[in-house]
Amino acid sequence: MPNLRAEDLRALLGRDLPGLLQEAYPLHLAPPPAHGHAPPPFTTADALVDADRIIEAALYLRDTLGYAFLSDICVVDYLADGVFELVYRFYHVEGGPSLALKARVPRESPQVPSLTPHWPGANFHEREAFDLYGITFVGHPFLRRIYMWDEFEGFPMRRDFPKQGDKYIGEEE
Amino acid sequence: MLKTEELQINIGPQHPSTHGVFRMLVTVDGETITDLKPVFGYLHRNHEQLAEMNTYQQNMPYTDRLDYFNAMANNHAYAIAVEKLVGIEVPERAEYIRVLMVELTRILNHAGALGFLINDMGAWQTQLAFGMREREKILDLFESASGARLMCNYFRFGGVARDLPADFMPRLKDLLLAMPGFVDEMERLLRENEILLQRSEGIGILPQELALAYSVTGPVLRGSGVAYDIRKAEPYSIYDRFDFDVPVGSVGDVYDRILVRIEEMRQSKRIIEQIIEQLPDAQGGYMNPKARQNVRPPVGDVYARVETPKGELGFYLVSDGSTKPYRYKVRAPSFINLTPLGDMCRGYKVADVVVILGSIDIVMGEVDR
Amino acid sequence: MADVNNLQQDLEQQGIFLSTVNRFYNWGRRSSIWPMSFGLACCAIEMMAFGLSRYDVARFGAELFRASPRQSDLMIVAGTVTKKMLPQVVRLYNQMAEPRYVISMGACATSGGPFRDGYNVVRGVDLFLPVDVYIPGCPPRPEALMHALITLQEQIDGQKLGHLRWYGKGEKPQMHDFPVPTFGAMGLEVDGKLVDPVGGLPLLSPYTSPENGEHKSGQLEHPQIARRFPIMDPAIELESALKARGMSPEIAANDLKRGEVSDA
Repeated sequence: MPNLRAEDLRALLGRDLPGLLQEAYPLHLAPPPAHGHAPPPFTTADALVDADRIIEAALYLRDTLGYAFLSDICVVDYLADGVFELVYRFYHVEGGPSLALKARVPRESPQVPSLTPHWPGANFHEREAFDLYGITFVGHPFLRRIYMWDEFEGFPMRRDFPKQGDKYIGEEE
Repeated sequence: MLKTEELQINIGPQHPSTHGVFRMLVTVDGETITDLKPVFGYLHRNHEQLAEMNTYQQNMPYTDRLDYFNAMANNHAYAIAVEKLVGIEVPERAEYIRVLMVELTRILNHAGALGFLINDMGAWQTQLAFGMREREKILDLFESASGARLMCNYFRFGGVARDLPADFMPRLKDLLLAMPGFVDEMERLLRENEILLQRSEGIGILPQELALAYSVTGPVLRGSGVAYDIRKAEPYSIYDRFDFDVPVGSVGDVYDRILVRIEEMRQSKRIIEQIIEQLPDAQGGYMNPKARQNVRPPVGDVYARVETPKGELGFYLVSDGSTKPYRYKVRAPSFINLTPLGDMCRGYKVADVVVILGSIDIVMGEVDR
Repeated sequence: MADVNNLQQDLEQQGIFLSTVNRFYNWGRRSSIWPMSFGLACCAIEMMAFGLSRYDVARFGAELFRASPRQSDLMIVAGTVTKKMLPQVVRLYNQMAEPRYVISMGACATSGGPFRDGYNVVRGVDLFLPVDVYIPGCPPRPEALMHALITLQEQIDGQKLGHLRWYGKGEKPQMHDFPVPTFGAMGLEVDGKLVDPVGGLPLLSPYTSPENGEHKSGQLEHPQIARRFPIMDPAIELESALKARGMSPEIAANDLKRGEVSDA
């Protein structure tokens, strides 16, 4: 059963695909509070790769390392740093823990190459990310809203999307 | 030479095939399907955004409502994710109770799923009534343990909400005694039925390499011949202690998925029998006494997954050090299992669409979240 | 009214059958309610259990679940109604033949339930449809649904043909179809006007607590509270949701305390 860890992946990527890895600078999860001390920033151990070369990295995982099963694509909105982080999660068909690839794109113009031409299973993950976060996947064959209606404007899962309701009362204070 | 024209048919969101509010845009050439586009969102209830506004503990009942057939399995995935993030240990007895509940869930889900599938084939509600009859018996057990039939909200961080009641084990043993008869009856009803064979054999074939490329999981993947079960591939909880087999199909058609589900019910029964043997010796209580429910995990992220009856259910949590998750993402099995629906239906007849959809076994609460 | 019923029962015991047109109509209606098989979410599973072997609703004459709205009398709204689904729900209701009844099953259909604050969730189906019976619970047990059915049958027993919302003289709200909302850029629209904005405050129902469900405006109403939507006008900054509701600062402070969670 393959058992690669995140450090091993970083070492392998650095050896075989030079220039692909980026330095994972710490992310701020919340703006600094008025009083008290701020929570520590978030540092990740996973491999952070260049967003424009995500296909290259994913194909390396699939074809060289055998991690052929794309399980999940998740978007996290780091509002304080002005980036979206995409988390791609891969598994080996023989079992074992996962390997994650992360890529950061700026919030103003979020653009990533689409994995759908290579992995048809990425289709709905990417459409969901487009619908809820507004990330454009270049090369996706059918990039349309998946949950909300087509006429809708705005991306409701972004952290700065206006919210109102009983649950959100007092959030501004 | 006759000139033919393609026709678009809209199936759903309100249609007699019982899979919730799901819409398909089908392009047909005569009776043959040339294209199929699923349309979602009719039950998009913003689970992920609401979860970011809730504390970790408040999210547990929301996970019940993801896949409302298998509330226990969803609880399990979420509890494992938070326990991994915070670092809570679970006593041995609690692990046994958890696995027991999840395996019971698997039996009742497959009994219901097969019933709905046969309903879609036109048998109206005969098979469904059989499946629901067994389901009610298991729901009675859930009710005695957790207090609720459907939305159990039974798991807590570090264990389960309360211990099994005194009469639980005798009733469970009665149920298990009657189980083989029920599964055999169901299998006989399905395998010896000529109409079912004609409508399911060779229909909706998903080849092995395509199944992997489409990232499908659960019985759909195993029906295509890939022996991938997270309980074996990356054992979580205490699944490495049990002896059970992973059934796989050979062709990848609707019939293989039916057979895989029937066999999984038998394997779940095997696991439950081993639990009944080992449970009296299990150490610890039903709950880790040191575990706090109002958790405040350290800054970090975690991904945890379990094998629910429908496939891989994963939770990706990012914590910012407060009592509420910064990001809460659900990797829903039925959502991803729908990706190959268009390819599975292409080339078959219109009447096969609902059969193929039924064989994937989707629940809209999980697809749309 | 009670005397008439007693007299009727006495006569029936003597073998003389005497009835009014009202009673005859109501007897026919109450005994053959055909629900539409219209499952939206979790509650639909309990609705199926209600129809199948153990709970067996056939005992009450309502076992014939019809897939077509044209053939059904009762719509059981079983589950969360989302904004994307709402036009279809209203359209299905309009397609049902009169007399038609609605049971709002569960917390979600009644008020939005646990998902009330979601951006895509309708805060109660009674904002857009008249509801006859509400069932609390998340999800309600099949017994609760059975109780709702019996309550509906009792309501039907009390109907008078002259005063029904479908028959009789005068302009009745249900002479027309209910307005089917359309999708807009900010939320649901009726006739081009925004009625249920995404991220907006709740609307008031024109249908809640009417007298026996007979006198309803049939028009969507906006509540009389100051509403500001940052999504609609970017120049307006929403200072406080509480202030927008006109709550006093003391109540607001108490409300905020409720949401706090102790340190772990």
